[in-house]
Amino acid sequence: MTLDSLLADVDQADSAVSLLMAVRSLAQTGDPQAVPKLIEVLGFNNPGAAVAAVQGLVAIGEPAVAPLLEHLDGYNYGARAWAIRSLAEIGDPRALEVLLTAAGDFALSVRRAAARGLGRIQWQNLDPSQREEAQSRVLERLLATTADSEWVVRYAAIVGLEALAKSLGETDIQQRIKPCLQQLHQEDEEAAIRGRSQLAQQRLTPNRQELYST
Amino acid sequence: MQPSETQVAIAAESWTTEQAIANLQQTDDPSTRYYAAWWLGRFRVRDDRGLKALIEALSDTVDRSPGGGYPLRRNAAKALGKLGDLRAVPALIESLRCPDYYVRESAAQALEALGDAQAIPSLVALLEGGVEAAVRVPGKPHLVQPYDAILEALGALKATDAIEQVYPFLEHDVPRVRFAAARALYQLTGDDQYGDRLIAALRSPELQLRRAALMDVGAIGYLKAVTPVAETLAENSLKLIALKGILEHHLAQIDDLDEAAIDIMTQMDKLL
Repeated sequence: MTLDSLLADVDQADSAVSLLMAVRSLAQTGDPQAVPKLIEVLGFNNPGAAVAAVQGLVAIGEPAVAPLLEHLDGYNYGARAWAIRSLAEIGDPRALEVLLTAAGDFALSVRRAAARGLGRIQWQNLDPSQREEAQSRVLERLLATTADSEWVVRYAAIVGLEALAKSLGETDIQQRIKPCLQQLHQEDEEAAIRGRSQLAQQRLTPNRQELYST
Repeated sequence: MQPSETQVAIAAESWTTEQAIANLQQTDDPSTRYYAAWWLGRFRVRDDRGLKALIEALSDTVDRSPGGGYPLRRNAAKALGKLGDLRAVPALIESLRCPDYYVRESAAQALEALGDAQAIPSLVALLEGGVEAAVRVPGKPHLVQPYDAILEALGALKATDAIEQVYPFLEHDVPRVRFAAARALYQLTGDDQYGDRLIAALRSPELQLRRAALMDVGAIGYLKAVTPVAETLAENSLKLIALKGILEHHLAQIDDLDEAAIDIMTQMDKLL
């Protein structure tokens, strides 16, 4: 199958299932030339096809970042959430500003995807002179997001904070994350949030078994 | 929505509790009263005056829809379900006999939320005639009774004496009603065969049915459904709500995080 025929299959799909199959085949090529079509699929309001398109964009990685940033859909929050999810998964620092803005989006699906993505930035790909300031902005944004009114956004903020803390190791930033997780674990009204912050705390405590035995 | 209603909805956003209660107590302006009932539920206002006014609104005769429905009663019943005050139970039980289908549906859902077993006999009474009587109302988009809400309430209220009446609804021709029966029977018997029916429903060809099954497995906290939920084709938002339901049900049964809890959270993380 040539790329052209795979692209045509996506356009000609006449059912949800055939669209899903066509998008999966296109995504599996890993061909950067598939990027515009995969981005288009994010706006089709078909969750199955969107998941397959996100997987394709993530597999393509770096070459998908600029087109994703250029084509962010300001009017369709469903499409925007899928694009933010793709950027979150890739973790390219060029998406940093977009993710920081998206963490305050009116749509909760966008906010939760952005909060997770802020924890996944590949810091080694950012110019060292910009790292410290960017990390502290991400930290402040995620700490603020743990007070979101939607449980799922707070959940995503915890996942983001856990990933951020892990990627930075024992730093001042970690020392600011731990009390926040502790507070959520004890005080959040949702049991799922208390459970997820407990898990994050456990994962960020080195040699947990030793702590118990001493 | 009519333009005047939109204006009320916008104005209602800045009401104080006092204003909302006063707006519910007055009877001159039905649309403001309608929003006041919604408002008290939305912001979970626990106030005896508000509670009394909501209970009174359940017997309102002024606010009527063109089809003969009682919009204010519907909103009042929904709000009372959210307030968690058992003093509303007798009036809600009475509302199960309202001629408006949607009032009966809201009342059954509210009684489920309030969790008072007192409601069981009146809910069971609505199943009278069994599956044979559970037919569509000609010209309406619904059955003669809100069977799914009734069955779900019986499951949540642990109405084990009603198992015999619930059981036949597993074979009802409306999928949503079958799911509600499976959900209730799982809660009433703890038997996996009923939960497994909901897992099978997660593979329904229709998206609407997969969505309904997601809400059902979340509501009953069916642990075996975690992977099927993660894999079904539906919006991540709904999958996350379903997994949250399963997670919280499981967390309530354990002292410390275990493998199952961590597995659920790992699946949730991937769906964000």
